[in-house]
Amino acid sequence: MNTNTKRFDRRQILKAAGGLGIMAFGASMSPMAFAAWNKAAFEAKSLSDVYGALGAGSPSNSGDVQIIASDIAENGAVVPIQAVSKLANTEQISILVEKNPSALVCLFNLTADVLPEVTTRIKMGQTSNVTVLVKAGGKYYTATKEIKVTLGGCGG
Amino acid sequence: MANPMKIRAANKDGVTEIKVLMNHEMETGQRKDSSGAVIPAWYINEVKVELAGKTVMTAEWGPSVSKNPYMAFKVKGGKAGDKVVCSWTDNKGDKRTDEATVS
Repeated sequence: MNTNTKRFDRRQILKAAGGLGIMAFGASMSPMAFAAWNKAAFEAKSLSDVYGALGAGSPSNSGDVQIIASDIAENGAVVPIQAVSKLANTEQISILVEKNPSALVCLFNLTADVLPEVTTRIKMGQTSNVTVLVKAGGKYYTATKEIKVTLGGCGG
Repeated sequence: MANPMKIRAANKDGVTEIKVLMNHEMETGQRKDSSGAVIPAWYINEVKVELAGKTVMTAEWGPSVSKNPYMAFKVKGGKAGDKVVCSWTDNKGDKRTDEATVS
């Protein structure tokens, strides 16, 4: 009984949050905004849907964005990745895996004090192109690298 | 439920490197248990890091960040003795905050 009410509340809150998210989209672009998890972007399946949900349009490829990772990941559950941007005023770094069930893996909002390089570990279901999306000075840039996975990380 | 994070922060030549290792299942919602039932998604979706009382980075994560997530980044400034505070929230509303001191 108790859990039922709880679940219902949660659903309503999520619904309300979704609506607010769309309205507050412009406001939530500020790098200092916290508690503004971008549901639409994380549920988007394809790269272009993620770009749309983030308001990135069609970002251009840039040699100033680098992905540092090995070409072959033995274990898809733990793929170490370093994303580096050499662009001035880098505000945001995201990592996307094209063939994962949802493309967007993680998104880092950086303040001006943070050097534009982030290291983390991600899961990859299968061999795929990995794209790093960088927002710098209000514009979006990407870099792409294929990483081969010999053992998937998404179960099944 | 949630175990403490391991946070390391070291200042070298005016740049503070912060490394955080969190303890979390990061269940994707794609896997099935032995009886075939889908294991519900359970993952950290918001992360915030403060250095010396100032928010330096926030992150939004999906379920495809690895189990027991690790992240490392560098911040200009900071000095030995400054406090690093890292907090996360998961999709079930569970929260955890831990702190460390810059060495």
